[in-house]
Amino acid sequence: MIDLSRRKLIVSGLAATAGASGLAVALRLAQKYGLVPPDHGGIYGLGETLTYAAQRLLTRHSLAREFPRNRISPRPFPNELAPLTEDFKRLQAGGFANWRLSIDGMVHQPGSFSIADLKSYPSRSHITELACEEGWSYIAEWIGVPLSHVLHLVGVHPQAKYVVYVSMEPDTWDSIDMADALHPQTFLCYGMNGSELPVAHGGPLRIRLPRQIGYKNIKFITRLTVTDSLKGFGKGLGSAACEAGYAWYTGI
Amino acid sequence: MAIMGSAQLGEEAPVPSCVVTGPLPKLVPRHSALVRVTHWITTVCFFALLLSGIEIVISHPRFYWGETGTVLTTPLFQLPIPSSRRLVPTGYGYVLPDQNGWSRALHFEAAWIAVLTGLLYVISGLLTRHFRKDLVPRKADVSWRALWTYFAKRLRFERPSPAEASSYNGLQRFTYLFVIFVLFPLVIWSGLAMSLGFASAFPWSVTLLGGRQSARTIHFFVTLALVLFLFVHVLMVCLAGFWSRTGVMITGRTRTRKEHT
Repeated sequence: MIDLSRRKLIVSGLAATAGASGLAVALRLAQKYGLVPPDHGGIYGLGETLTYAAQRLLTRHSLAREFPRNRISPRPFPNELAPLTEDFKRLQAGGFANWRLSIDGMVHQPGSFSIADLKSYPSRSHITELACEEGWSYIAEWIGVPLSHVLHLVGVHPQAKYVVYVSMEPDTWDSIDMADALHPQTFLCYGMNGSELPVAHGGPLRIRLPRQIGYKNIKFITRLTVTDSLKGFGKGLGSAACEAGYAWYTGI
Repeated sequence: MAIMGSAQLGEEAPVPSCVVTGPLPKLVPRHSALVRVTHWITTVCFFALLLSGIEIVISHPRFYWGETGTVLTTPLFQLPIPSSRRLVPTGYGYVLPDQNGWSRALHFEAAWIAVLTGLLYVISGLLTRHFRKDLVPRKADVSWRALWTYFAKRLRFERPSPAEASSYNGLQRFTYLFVIFVLFPLVIWSGLAMSLGFASAFPWSVTLLGGRQSARTIHFFVTLALVLFLFVHVLMVCLAGFWSRTGVMITGRTRTRKEHT
């Protein structure tokens, strides 16, 4: 006994049309304001997009919680590392003097930087929590140069939307949007707890994004590419982790 | 058909006869369409969240109190299950396959749908006075004796009286309100507190819970409470008549004629 009057039919028809067009407009706007992540396809695309869009609207400029020095974890846990490559071991033997970070893509002056170059720029530090997607977390002091400083040095084109970062570890790369790339707490990190960044924690150079989960904070960074589209990188999902089924945006 | 005003009838009220004389009264559904739809969306989301949540816990089945915690620190407790990570000391000689990628994606997508559905339910519940009419305990319910009466009946596995088929008893009212306005908000809050992005915008959300690891532990225990609720809820539905009660939550209509004769 379904009570479906003509009025009900018309009202629900109008509501459905309004809903559908509202959704289309929302999607168009979301695209325009950079609220759609590169891994928005597939069955989990809805959730990924809602999370990324909501956090971009709420947290674009918010700062990760910082802690007093006495709350630094006495024993920071270094997660499992893949076996180090021969190339890495050779650089390690030379005290990483020959380590280079190259920057290319949509920049005015592509360049290459040694660890000593990076250390010659204003050094910053923050005491923040590193949290793994598995559930564990620890607090450490992270020392480095803000990524924004280096990006300003090379001059980023105004149409740039993402920074892709590549590790020396095979098949390890990821990317962030410009909001995260220019965020004051995003570091090219070379020090930890008052000394050099240990190899176990990604030394000599890792990216540190205290507002995102551990796996986004990739170790052994050797290359940055500034771009306006992630389509040409791997499968176009934005990171190697995405290709293994892990989300691109990890603010949650 | 549907017994109107039976909420006012006492437990021992005589069962109204189902012989309908005169014009048929307008059928008022036992559960409104919105309640039925949000109920089943929430059900699907709950199972998706539970399954994916278990998968995520397996990657680190240790719980801590405070801000931080790793395998190098002493846990509050550890679940006696194997892990999907090699570096977690579980005492088992093997490592389960990693399921965290899709589990996290499913967890957050289901959480979004559940939260939006919950918001729709709460807002409409306030507007239609569903909470005030059906869930806020009546005067007669607010006594330990009244609650104990309902509880004792359930302990004896007594079938609910026909009056309870069209309205909620005091124990149900307290339980549903507790689940809707305490457990669900707490599980959402403790979940969001684990988000580094959310915590950067709302740092108090973590501090008030005692730290990120405390939030994770609270998230776990509130989930246990919700699972306990689910068990009792399904048990009670079975006791009251699984097919008739489930049917009512799908179609909205009570099969009073059959039940009462």
